[in-house]
Amino acid sequence: MSRFLLPLTIFAVMVGFLAVGLTLNPREIPSPLIGKAAPAFSLPQLHDDGKTLSLDDMKGQVWLLNFWASWCSGCRTEHPILMDLARSGVAPIYGMDYKDQKHEALAWLDQWGNPYQVVAVDAAGRVGIDYGVYGVPETYVIDKQGVIRYKQIGPLDDETVTKKILPLIQELQAK
Amino acid sequence: MIPEIGHFALILALCVALVQGTLPIYGAAVGNSRLMALASPAARCQFFLVLTAFGCLAYAFASKDFSVLYVAATSNSQLPLHYRLAAIWGAHEGSLLLWTFILTIWMFAVTLFSSHLPEAMRSRILGVMGLVSVGFLLFMLSVSNPFERLIPAAVEGRDLNPLLQDPGMVLHPPMLYMGYVGFSVAFAFALAALLGGNLDAAWARWSRPWTTVAWCFLTIGIALGSGWAYYELGWGGWWFWDPVENASFMPWLAGTALVHSLAVTDKRGGFKVWTVLLAIMAFSLSLLGTFLVRSGVLTSVHAFATDPKRGLFILSFLAVVIGGSLLLYAWRAPRVGLGGGFAPVSREGFLLANNVLLVVATGAVLLGTLYPLFLDALDLGKISVGPPYFDSVFVPLITPALFLMGVGPLAQWKKAEIPDLAKRVRWAAGVSMLTALGLPIVLGEWTPLLSLGFLLACWIVVTAVVSVREQLAHVVGGGIGTRLARLPRAYWGMLLAHCGIAVFVVGVTMVKGFETEQDVRMGMGDVATVGGYTFRFDGVQNVRGPNYTAVRGTFHVSRDGRETALLYPEKRRYTAQNQVMTEAAIDSGVVRDLYVSLGEPLEDGAWSVRLYHKPFVNWIWGGCLIMALGGALAVSDRRYRPAWRREPQVVPANAQLAGR
Repeated sequence: MSRFLLPLTIFAVMVGFLAVGLTLNPREIPSPLIGKAAPAFSLPQLHDDGKTLSLDDMKGQVWLLNFWASWCSGCRTEHPILMDLARSGVAPIYGMDYKDQKHEALAWLDQWGNPYQVVAVDAAGRVGIDYGVYGVPETYVIDKQGVIRYKQIGPLDDETVTKKILPLIQELQAK
Repeated sequence: MIPEIGHFALILALCVALVQGTLPIYGAAVGNSRLMALASPAARCQFFLVLTAFGCLAYAFASKDFSVLYVAATSNSQLPLHYRLAAIWGAHEGSLLLWTFILTIWMFAVTLFSSHLPEAMRSRILGVMGLVSVGFLLFMLSVSNPFERLIPAAVEGRDLNPLLQDPGMVLHPPMLYMGYVGFSVAFAFALAALLGGNLDAAWARWSRPWTTVAWCFLTIGIALGSGWAYYELGWGGWWFWDPVENASFMPWLAGTALVHSLAVTDKRGGFKVWTVLLAIMAFSLSLLGTFLVRSGVLTSVHAFATDPKRGLFILSFLAVVIGGSLLLYAWRAPRVGLGGGFAPVSREGFLLANNVLLVVATGAVLLGTLYPLFLDALDLGKISVGPPYFDSVFVPLITPALFLMGVGPLAQWKKAEIPDLAKRVRWAAGVSMLTALGLPIVLGEWTPLLSLGFLLACWIVVTAVVSVREQLAHVVGGGIGTRLARLPRAYWGMLLAHCGIAVFVVGVTMVKGFETEQDVRMGMGDVATVGGYTFRFDGVQNVRGPNYTAVRGTFHVSRDGRETALLYPEKRRYTAQNQVMTEAAIDSGVVRDLYVSLGEPLEDGAWSVRLYHKPFVNWIWGGCLIMALGGALAVSDRRYRPAWRREPQVVPANAQLAGR
């Protein structure tokens, strides 16, 4: 009898998750990395293989690190917000092209616009592991000393940007 | 007035569906034939009522009645008539109406082709379908009424989403829904059999043509969607592992498993419980797909407007229908008993292995689709699982399945001998290996994936040839032509569908292996070369469409100095929603597509342009079409026709032959 109940059980678990999924909104979770130094990396740049981008390049400024990929639909969702942020010039945004095909990434930026100062290529997702990336998109706010101050899992939205990220950037820049 | 008639017809349809979903099933349980006799007239009546509602909505669109909220939201007075009619299923409410309408079409078809079925069986089948219909009609009437009025009426409509203003929109959703909803028939057959406790070979034979037809529609529907994405999104991609694509792919995988499992139940009486479960799964996944698209729990290019009330309704409906049927399964299936035994190496064994692989693949796709949702539910954030996951999981699962596809039809039922099989396929294996190793080198590049693709495609085709040769040896007399014609159509259908897969695999392999593309900045008169073709950009001009303005580029394509094509990609701005769409221009061919799409305007009249050379890309959809044709051919087999009129047990002699 029990093996005949198995499909029902699996389905019940799924319905449970779907029900929760309907009610819950995505929220940021405390990351163990917040308050810690951002993991170092040195990766080739998307637009110029010859050059690399490393953590030290951003020392002394407050900046955003955005993990994205051309195959990621959430990245499309948050993209206009990144473009606005880039236009406003409050803080430089650096992109991390995560597990992506180079030509697709370039075409993507070509199509939708490029909000990034520089894009580094994390083809194998190694740096993603160091940063504890669950999936793309994810965005980090990193301060002048290279310490992670905030982590957004999932697409940025207007509310998070105006209520959390912008005030945080101002606070960090004033320090 | 007309919209109110439509609304009223839906209310009446709900009442009829309630009758159809209860009394005949009760009648079948207590053996009351007067109650059972209600099923067919109720189903037909429901069909005409929903047809009326559908017609009313079509009329509202055709006459630009912007006092209907749904019409005002999804069309515009400038929108051409064919798109206004396609706009019926352009958003949530109307596509539900289409869903229900197609469900009633299938019901009507069941009433027409079920006179040979025992009355209790027929009333249970129609009863179950009636219950499904109750859910959808209730959903429409409670939270998604397509006939809701907008008072005062809008002066102008908001227009159909420009992405959907495409010939693909006219065909893709109806085809897809014919497939989705078609599985409701197999589902209803399975539940009826569980309720009646008569899961026998006859039941499987009755279910088979219905399932195959639904599968054909779904195959074509998915292929159309993929082709549409290919030229409409301007990316040259044909499959994105988008949640909604997955939602249509999962029922397809389960349906493919079901088609094969039904074959075993039909011919050998085995796999009964498994077949029932697959029938429930295929339809459940169709419903789940509907839920995923409608509730807005996942982000996707197909996202419709979301409303938590709707999500909750669909989820409850899902829980009742799927939960209920799985409960019934858990309760009744243990009594079904097993079919005849078989050795692990036998046709049953191979089919079972293939089935398991398909179901595991379905599970993998389901997991990848829902994983972001699970994380979200556990409060871990919203993420995307993309092609890297699906590609790395899917290929290893499908590769052995395609290998088995070649051997399966050659193996004997019940017990096959490996040495014997190996002897029969040794030529096929040799030819495939040689092709796999040699062809990529001839084409100028060798990679493991290229080789694998050619190996599988070649294996499928050559084993099919081996199978035909062996079959012919059993047919006596006549010339080669008459002997070929004597093989049953179901057999040809199977081979054709399998070869469709081979064609598909060739397409995917060639595109993945040899496509080339360039993103270039092109000014007037600039030249770029992709895949041996030279593209010359001759500037852009402004053009006007019925409801958009566009910039149209002109590209001269030539090869070795000879002109091959003139391409006119467009960048359209749809006026009503002020939305920009990229309209790629494609020169299609059997062995390659040339694809141009305009990116962004740059300074001095230059444009960023994407140029693609896609070898064999049309084989991808061609393969799907061949699969569907194979299915259609199989359904037309004599085996099903006499079986519809006579009682079973009369198996045509040559069908047994094919069953060897």
